[in-house]
Amino acid sequence: MTDNGLALEIRDLTVAYQEKPVLWDIDLQVPKGVLMAIVGPNGAGKSTLIKAALGLVPAAAGQVLIHSRPYLQQRGLVGYVPQRGSVDWDFPTNALDVVLMGLYRQIGWIRRPRRREREMAMESLNTVGMADYADRQISQLSGGQQQRVFLARALVQDAQIYFMDEPFAGVDATTERAIIAVLRQLRDAGKTLIVVHHDLHTVSEYFDWLTLLNVRCIANGPIDDTFTSDNLRQTYGGRVAFITEDGELPDDRSRTDSKLIAA
Amino acid sequence: MSSAQIEIILVAVVVAASCSLIGTFLVLRKMALMSDAISHAVLLGIVVMFFFVRSTASVPMVLAATATGVLTVYLVELLVGTRLVKEDAAIGLVFPALFSIGVILISRHAANIHLDIDVVLLGELAFVPFDRLTIAGLDLGPKSLWLGLSVGIINLIFVLLFYKELKLATFDPSLAAALGFSPTLIHYALMTLVSVTAVSSFEVVGSVLVVGLMIAPPASAYLLTDRLPVMLGLGVLIAAGSAGLGYATAYLFDSSISGSMATVAGLILAVTVLVAPERGLISRWLRRRRQRIRFAAETLIVHLVNHADALEVAGKHPVGQLKKQLKWREPFTQEVLHFAGQQKWLVERNGRLHLTSAGSSVAARVTER
Repeated sequence: MTDNGLALEIRDLTVAYQEKPVLWDIDLQVPKGVLMAIVGPNGAGKSTLIKAALGLVPAAAGQVLIHSRPYLQQRGLVGYVPQRGSVDWDFPTNALDVVLMGLYRQIGWIRRPRRREREMAMESLNTVGMADYADRQISQLSGGQQQRVFLARALVQDAQIYFMDEPFAGVDATTERAIIAVLRQLRDAGKTLIVVHHDLHTVSEYFDWLTLLNVRCIANGPIDDTFTSDNLRQTYGGRVAFITEDGELPDDRSRTDSKLIAA
Repeated sequence: MSSAQIEIILVAVVVAASCSLIGTFLVLRKMALMSDAISHAVLLGIVVMFFFVRSTASVPMVLAATATGVLTVYLVELLVGTRLVKEDAAIGLVFPALFSIGVILISRHAANIHLDIDVVLLGELAFVPFDRLTIAGLDLGPKSLWLGLSVGIINLIFVLLFYKELKLATFDPSLAAALGFSPTLIHYALMTLVSVTAVSSFEVVGSVLVVGLMIAPPASAYLLTDRLPVMLGLGVLIAAGSAGLGYATAYLFDSSISGSMATVAGLILAVTVLVAPERGLISRWLRRRRQRIRFAAETLIVHLVNHADALEVAGKHPVGQLKKQLKWREPFTQEVLHFAGQQKWLVERNGRLHLTSAGSSVAARVTER
């Protein structure tokens, strides 16, 4: 298979839980070096799309290619940030240890992390502004700090393509700024970022590529072509109130600073 | 102490330590109930194999029982997979089924086999010294000791070798899967060892109380530390201590050894829940109380800053005045004033209260947030 320059290519992907389709015949092409949001209502299959791409849920049909090859051959290229709520933060361990987990694949079975890996993890914590909290028991961190630890854990994997499930959910403003700064840095370094996002207000400010999802893929492409009221109405089934600064609908990209509220 | 007593204590300590080591991961995975299910269901394997080998502490017995334990886990996951029942209900459905088949088999053949249901359920440590391992006429000690030691060492090696993988798969199974460390594989490996450990503990505590040793010591350790290695070690120490103390208690009161061991383990947990330094009930209560007093003192300072006249009036008879102004009860007011005095937010000069500069800056800070 030749490299077609795409970071992520999804062909005819259908995922079903007990014959109930969660994702229907998704086709998606994401070029390298973009910062992409996956946006859609609750139950649209946003998390499932990421999990299917990582082989965490089985596909009923279709194929996911990462840098032109199936995921199983490309594990080393992929970094993953699950939802913060998916783990037990009372687990007896500290921030540095959680970040080190990102290096376990490189370390391999049975072998233990060494000084070099510890330094890499520290550096990564430093990048997200959490170096001072390395020894802190993870339950003592705030929600935003926990999210930054998760981000550091993904960074340390030094991946080419990152999948992030709601990294901005329930974080404070400082953390949100810190995270978006890191994401932009990564994008500018040529990495690809696929981010499940729930806040329509910030989509056009933060991202340059967009997938609108509601079981089916409604739109996929550069933000300027896809973030339109038409597409949003299709995605949210008309349950979106569109409010702009001067009370107008943001018709197809005439304005970029439009404020949107999903009802 | 007689050598039989020493042997009994040794077996109890080894088995308890081994239970706690593996039980730590059950506690962290919130799967305490699974250990109960496994330890009951293995009865079926033991009974079936007993028809063939006629002894409880033997290799084929352990293998058969382990297979039943893993079968239990598999059946539970099969049921959960149908999405018709939740995991706790699935566990509650599977193990009584397997266990009851075992019980029926024992009662049907009670006349022919020497397998007492009390022994299976509650264990009988006192018999341990009679079933000895002899090779070429050489007495090597009780079979249970060798079985317990082997299982303990297997558990220890497993935890040491796969510490990193166990931690990852327990903390974040989806990352483990994404990184290529199959959480399913690790799960079944762990459950296999739980089964092996349950079987090896049968003679010591029986199938009912083995849960006490697998769950109570790690649960106590969990409350005492924030670090997994410490939790593992502490759990083992607490378990071994419960075994030793339990034996002593049983000896003293002439009561069931297994019952006493489980009781001691339970008591240690109860005490820990109360007095654990960070997570104990008492320290949590104290912490909440301190926060309440601190907050009240901050409220008071803000009140005094906002109402200069209030300080004027309250300065002389603060307790009575504050009762009027803030509707605080007297003892509480006194505590709050004491705290504010300790923090040097308020000072008493010439029989009057005065706000210090530290107090003023507190007020500024508090109103800002």
